[in-house]
Amino acid sequence: METLRSVVQANGLVVAFLCVGLSVWLSYWLSRHFTRGRIHGSAIAIILGLLAAYFAGLFTGGSRGVADIGLLAGIGLMGGGMMRDFGIVSTAFGVHLQELRKAGVVGIVSIFAGVIVSFVVGALVALAFGYTDAESITTIGAGAVTYIVGPVTGTAIGASSDVIALAVAAGVVKSILVMIGTPLVASRIGLNNAQSAMVFGGLMGTTSGVAGGLAATDPRLVPYGAMTATFYTGIGCLMGPSVLYFIVRALV
Amino acid sequence: MVIYGVALLAACLLAGLYLGELLGQLLGVQANVGGVGIAMLMLVLAGGSSRLQSLVIGASGEGVKFWSAMYIPIVVAMAASQNVVAAVSGGMLAVLAGVLAVLVSFALVPVLSRIGPQSPPLPPLEEDR
Repeated sequence: METLRSVVQANGLVVAFLCVGLSVWLSYWLSRHFTRGRIHGSAIAIILGLLAAYFAGLFTGGSRGVADIGLLAGIGLMGGGMMRDFGIVSTAFGVHLQELRKAGVVGIVSIFAGVIVSFVVGALVALAFGYTDAESITTIGAGAVTYIVGPVTGTAIGASSDVIALAVAAGVVKSILVMIGTPLVASRIGLNNAQSAMVFGGLMGTTSGVAGGLAATDPRLVPYGAMTATFYTGIGCLMGPSVLYFIVRALV
Repeated sequence: MVIYGVALLAACLLAGLYLGELLGQLLGVQANVGGVGIAMLMLVLAGGSSRLQSLVIGASGEGVKFWSAMYIPIVVAMAASQNVVAAVSGGMLAVLAGVLAVLVSFALVPVLSRIGPQSPPLPPLEEDR
């Protein structure tokens, strides 16, 4: 038993490949037998991953889902920023430059529209919950942009730490909901071509959410959505503590 | 050779992230601005360039395709390492802010997609995987 444990612990990434492989197999099996393929296997795999992360978080009290369980630490490496970005970039292989160029302008428009719309929605919710100071309203609004923009903005303008924690939570809710919700609404919002995928990436912006949501909808859309989404957080961090904060301060 | 494709992918990602960091510093933000997007553009350009053909055809191309096939499993691992407890326990405000932001953004997708030249829908996906 001790020997097995030490083998598992010393080979975290390999263990992760095995665990993820088994979960994906289980998910495709569930998809075929219980939903007759109506819910895509990868969507089920992502939901199983999120559920596992929830129970692991309850159990360990950590913030990195199953990666906080010693024996499964390799999942944190496999699903971390480095591998995620490496994987996302590889999906661009075979993408047509003409498609990107065609949707370039509307892609850029959608990034700004996405940041502003999410910010306004988050700020209005903060107002509805009784926050009246510009710092808290701005930080919670920025949290609705992404869970990175929230704390970056909050720290820059000096919001309190509990408001920053709320902003992070709002961003995480957004990212998870995009992962789960995208395959469900894809056909209704016309998410079936390169252009709408670029608009989608720009509007949603959460890289993890867009990556997961599009993968569960149609993997061929991933590169288009990811392309715009990766600019979103940067633009959000640029606008949150500056323009958006100044506007909120002028209004309240 | 497979490693040539993987190395090209690595070069694109590193160069893109570096440029994204520089762009972030230039704009004065504590974030990487579009690093991954820049890396993707570089990979698209490399795929179309005649001088780099040897890095993207045959076995070298397989090196890139392997990683793009590993993408969904990586996303599953990513989902399993999210802080879901924080999202659920953030209370009504966090949930409401997150949910409403997503719903409004979803609704805007078809509106903005109508701007500019349209792309045809992708052909239906064969269920073979």
